[in-house]
Amino acid sequence: MTALSSQFPIIVAIVPLLAAPICALFRGTTLPWAITTIISGITFYVSIQLMIAVIQGGPISYELGGWAPPWGIEYVVDLLSGFMLILISAISTGVLLFSRESITREVPDHQLGLFFAAYLLALTGMLGICITGDAFNVFVFLEIMSLSSYALIAMGANEDRRALTAAFQYLIIGTVGASFYLIGVGLIYMMTGTLNIADIAARFPEIEGARPILAAAGFIVIGLAIKLALFPFHVWLPNSYTYAPSIITAFFAGTATKVGVYLLIRFIFTVFGVNYSFGGLELTDILLPLAVLGFLSMSVVAIYQTNIKRLLAYSSVAQLGYIILGIALASESGLMATIVHIFNHAIVKSGLFLSVGCMFYVAGSVYLKDLHGIGRRMPVTTFGFVLGGLGLIGVPLTPGFISKWYLVVASIEHGGVIGYGLVALLMVSSLLAVIYIWRVVEVAYFRDIPEGAEKKEAPLSMLVPTWLFIAASFYFGIETTFNVGIAKATAAFLMGGS
Amino acid sequence: MLLLIAGALAVLSVRNLFVATMLLGIVSFTMALIFISLDAVDVAFTEAAVGAGISTVLYIGTLALVGSQEREKSKFAPGPLAVCLAVGAVLYYATYEMPRYGQPDNPVHTHVAPRYIEDSPTEIGVPNMVTSVLASYRGYDTFGETTVIFTAGIGVLLILRQRRRRKKEVTTEDPPLRDGKGGSISGLGSAHDLVPHVISKLLVPFIFVFALYVQFHGDYGPGGGFQAGVIFAAGIILYALVFGLDFARAVVNEKAILFLISAGVLLYGGVGVVSMLLGGNFLDYNVLSSDPVAGQHLGILLVELGVGITVTAAMLAIFYAFVGRPELLIETSTNAEQPGKERN
Repeated sequence: MTALSSQFPIIVAIVPLLAAPICALFRGTTLPWAITTIISGITFYVSIQLMIAVIQGGPISYELGGWAPPWGIEYVVDLLSGFMLILISAISTGVLLFSRESITREVPDHQLGLFFAAYLLALTGMLGICITGDAFNVFVFLEIMSLSSYALIAMGANEDRRALTAAFQYLIIGTVGASFYLIGVGLIYMMTGTLNIADIAARFPEIEGARPILAAAGFIVIGLAIKLALFPFHVWLPNSYTYAPSIITAFFAGTATKVGVYLLIRFIFTVFGVNYSFGGLELTDILLPLAVLGFLSMSVVAIYQTNIKRLLAYSSVAQLGYIILGIALASESGLMATIVHIFNHAIVKSGLFLSVGCMFYVAGSVYLKDLHGIGRRMPVTTFGFVLGGLGLIGVPLTPGFISKWYLVVASIEHGGVIGYGLVALLMVSSLLAVIYIWRVVEVAYFRDIPEGAEKKEAPLSMLVPTWLFIAASFYFGIETTFNVGIAKATAAFLMGGS
Repeated sequence: MLLLIAGALAVLSVRNLFVATMLLGIVSFTMALIFISLDAVDVAFTEAAVGAGISTVLYIGTLALVGSQEREKSKFAPGPLAVCLAVGAVLYYATYEMPRYGQPDNPVHTHVAPRYIEDSPTEIGVPNMVTSVLASYRGYDTFGETTVIFTAGIGVLLILRQRRRRKKEVTTEDPPLRDGKGGSISGLGSAHDLVPHVISKLLVPFIFVFALYVQFHGDYGPGGGFQAGVIFAAGIILYALVFGLDFARAVVNEKAILFLISAGVLLYGGVGVVSMLLGGNFLDYNVLSSDPVAGQHLGILLVELGVGITVTAAMLAIFYAFVGRPELLIETSTNAEQPGKERN
């Protein structure tokens, strides 16, 4: 156990964690950024190595402190967590490459050390949640992620004071969600005497009829629904995304809610098991209507927004509806659609938010009324935005098409009136997405440039990462072996493992 | 238990926020008593120190900023009430099939715990089993919690510092903060009260000694890094309250605090990294010394120290950040340049 590669599971979480306090001590604009970017790159590299190892040799377990589970805490990398690790570290690295120019404009220099420390902590939290195999350890890292994200969102206050209330609202709602999760885990511990996820899953069938377990499952599902902003628990999300600094929005849009989805999948499929989740709990009846209501109503709300960031935030809630729909269908193809969409949406949405970040950098506003003619002022950025928008709508060749395709397949497989109804509703929702993206396009290309506005592109250091995301989204829309292949294997693994 | 409910209801009904804060302190102490009667001494200790001690001080610090009267009668909000009642109802529902409390054949007592109880004396050799579970078996959780504290400290520093600059323009017409209400708690100290001065001068050394005892005696009795850190911070805060913030700053200034918060986390993580370098897994203390039990001792001692340092520094950071605000306003109105220097 001395080889470095055997320590990879812990390195993924511990490297950003230990870099955070070091980062906090540095002043200046360049050093904290450079440290954070390099660290994030390291986690990306290690995640890929872990994933390769998992594909070749099956799940990896790592015993923290050398204590065997369930006495000690265990780190588990399987297909799903490896997939999430790569996604999170990749998005984080891409966003950080972008951040240099953007963040020095939005956050005062003397705070950058602490700012990037908080960023690293948020990254640690997300990676820690995905890699751990211990239900209480999840809570600890959930807290790290949440606390740092409250602080990061509040940093938007340098541009708009409303960021403070947004962060406060998120803090209150997020804390309620986390407490629900903790209550649920506490009840499960009471009934099983263990906190290790695999161990709970093994002992679950014996006790699944008991009332405390029903209550525990309820608390955990609702707590996570709040954390992942499932409609109608989404109220915190639009405000937070709107007022947070650009890079934070881009980072969280791709990752934070997805971590919540990951936990939900983990609990529904691994801990509770398919039979209990959809038999005893009848989660389909609860999640399916919420998902459908979510993607329909939120797409409509998005149409009426005057602020691009808020528009995209509501669109995010709608997209989460698709993701949850896949879970609610309770089938292998549904789960596969969910996982594919987690990946695709994360890349597309981060790319979109980054291009909005470019617009903000140049135009100083993200309100539609201030962005008239932005398509001619910043042709490269806006074209990127439009391509990302196409991905959101689900035009063929874009990643959005792939995930919607699988959702439709899963719906048809579900069969009956519900299945075909879902297909129709998915189409309606896509049309709504066309409308809200078109609103931006109209403002960007068909309105006159206001007097005195200069024609200027964002700096290359911002444009390149933005286009990296957009290009990646097209790459994964056409060449789908990675995302679809892994999603398929993961779905089979989760359904089979239950 | 009844006292707890009565206290909580009283907090809700009282209109004066200062009274509410005091009542919250009482509630916390009652909670601590309940924890003791449930044989969870370590938890009770923490609750008393954090809930009744530090939080109360922080609330008072905040009240000094915002005034102690509620501005308007808060509206009756049915939504949250319904949520609370629903949560209560579900918990009550869940209690029906709960295993009976204290029964030896409960799942909690039969699965993981026996190993902790039976083997921890030989594997870790620390008399206080709670400490061995917290610091070794589940040491990584504790590391995570320390990081949570660190995150909280960073967050407070980030948010409260950024508003410093903004206030500059506003503060010139903000005289009320200079009089009694904010004054005694900010930089000025309670200069006229002889009794608190003498008493606290006598008390502070004892508090520090007690904190150190709790810190290093955590292996044997209840206590450990968290509690010790809080007590240590409480000592400094008491000092600051009575003598004024400037004196406390002379002992530990803000730059040192930032350094200490980071140092605690790094110390804890450093132990983990060293154990990795020595060929074990992360936080595997067995490899720290040739004798596994001695290694465990050393490891626990070091990580508890790391926890203590981070907790102390984070508590102080939060306290300074809140309490330093009114003082800052006075400073900025007289000398607008000062906070700029101080920041570096």
